[in-house]
Amino acid sequence: MAGAGGGGCPAGNDFQWCFSQVKGAVDEDVAEADIISTVEFNYSGDLLATGDKGGRVVIFQREQENKIRPHSRGEYNVYSTFQSHEPEFDYLKSLEIEEKINKIRWLPQQNAAHFLLSTNDDLRINLWHLEITDRSFNIVDIKPANMEELTEVITAAEFHPHQCNVLVYSSSKGTIRLCDMRSSALCDRHSKFFEEPEDPSSRSFFSEIISSISDVKFSHSGRYMMTRDYLSVKVWDLNMESRPVETHQVHEYLRSKLCSLYENDCIFDKFECCWNGSDSAVMTGSYNNFFRMFDRSTRRDVTLEASRESSKPRASLKPRKVCAGGKRKKDEISVDSLDFNKKILHTAWHPVDNVIAVAATNNLYIFQDKAN
Amino acid sequence: MSQKLEEENPAEETGEEKQDTQEKEGILPERAEEAKLKAKYPSLGQKPGGSDFLMKRLQKGQKYFDSGDYNMAKAKMKNKQLPSAGPDKNLVTGDHIPTPQDLPQRKSSLVTSKLAG
Repeated sequence: MAGAGGGGCPAGNDFQWCFSQVKGAVDEDVAEADIISTVEFNYSGDLLATGDKGGRVVIFQREQENKIRPHSRGEYNVYSTFQSHEPEFDYLKSLEIEEKINKIRWLPQQNAAHFLLSTNDDLRINLWHLEITDRSFNIVDIKPANMEELTEVITAAEFHPHQCNVLVYSSSKGTIRLCDMRSSALCDRHSKFFEEPEDPSSRSFFSEIISSISDVKFSHSGRYMMTRDYLSVKVWDLNMESRPVETHQVHEYLRSKLCSLYENDCIFDKFECCWNGSDSAVMTGSYNNFFRMFDRSTRRDVTLEASRESSKPRASLKPRKVCAGGKRKKDEISVDSLDFNKKILHTAWHPVDNVIAVAATNNLYIFQDKAN
Repeated sequence: MSQKLEEENPAEETGEEKQDTQEKEGILPERAEEAKLKAKYPSLGQKPGGSDFLMKRLQKGQKYFDSGDYNMAKAKMKNKQLPSAGPDKNLVTGDHIPTPQDLPQRKSSLVTSKLAG
């Protein structure tokens, strides 16, 4: 049926992404609570979880081979849903406690790791033992004695996939620190410090803001890590602290729009990124419901769109192109026509197959490679 | 017809070369954007960093209602009107004391997620 190519070819990554499913309402007015805030496959990819700003979790399960309904194989259907968090008010500190689900992490089946990192705090990282819920270990604390000396905050953190004593955390200044919990109880001193040197002559008011890292993810192999800053995705070799081994431009055309993006706060949007199962490709979101994939071996990239218009069963997704300037070609979209309210902040890639889940505000799109 | 991943820059060899070229071209747009911003907001500081800026980002627009402050202010003002939060309700300074009426209602979503519908 499909001509040549397709994802089955082991030599390359010529994917042909097709629409599979979309979940969520088609409302014009999106309620704050319905905004998806996290998407995560479990270790086998048979389960897919979403969390939203209203504190609710929905878990989908992949359908197995079914002779009666052959087309339903591979479809994700609702398995369970529950209210995970509720809004609270801390009367002592006069603080609202948000019910938004920031992150979902599935526990491995064998449960080799009994610990969990909680990294919502901008200034501290705490380590929790799964069976001890009334206290935690503080392993990183960057809160200055005097808050007026605050120059940098923690933006993301993750445990190494294989070495359970190793973790990384990123900062608002574009740096990443790797810590080994075996060397000291309080990891204020890092084992490794990753930072790309900056050309001081190119520094501007926006430099620090756009260098702030919004997400950090280890590769499945554990040899690399990927960081997402406002305009790019960078791949780092854990053995080389001086600079990333790869830089992929997500939407470089936004560099000449930074003034407006600062005024409308979009410059502070926190995009996530993810690896495919074999670590040969990476994916991240952008605006206008666009998302980008980068093939690390062929150095090719593609821009795709999550939209209801391309939501016919098994319809192939057409690559999109943004016209940065000059003459706009027929199927291109100009930078000024992009909808900055349609942000794809959260994406997930199945750990084994070429299946991806893309959160577009209040809708969840699932796409599959045609060869699946 | 097999759809290959689109080659956006077929002439570019490596990612690094591509990045260098774009960075050189990128110096001018970023500086131009900076000039635009400073023209609009002349009182803007040299760089956005600093503790005030970071603390504002940390707050994420949360509103603080302190019943102690509120009652003290009420006692001081006596018959006068309390200063309300004003049109920019996200801005909380020493002079603006959010009143219970200014704070949005906090309630949980009792409705099932539409993703599960």
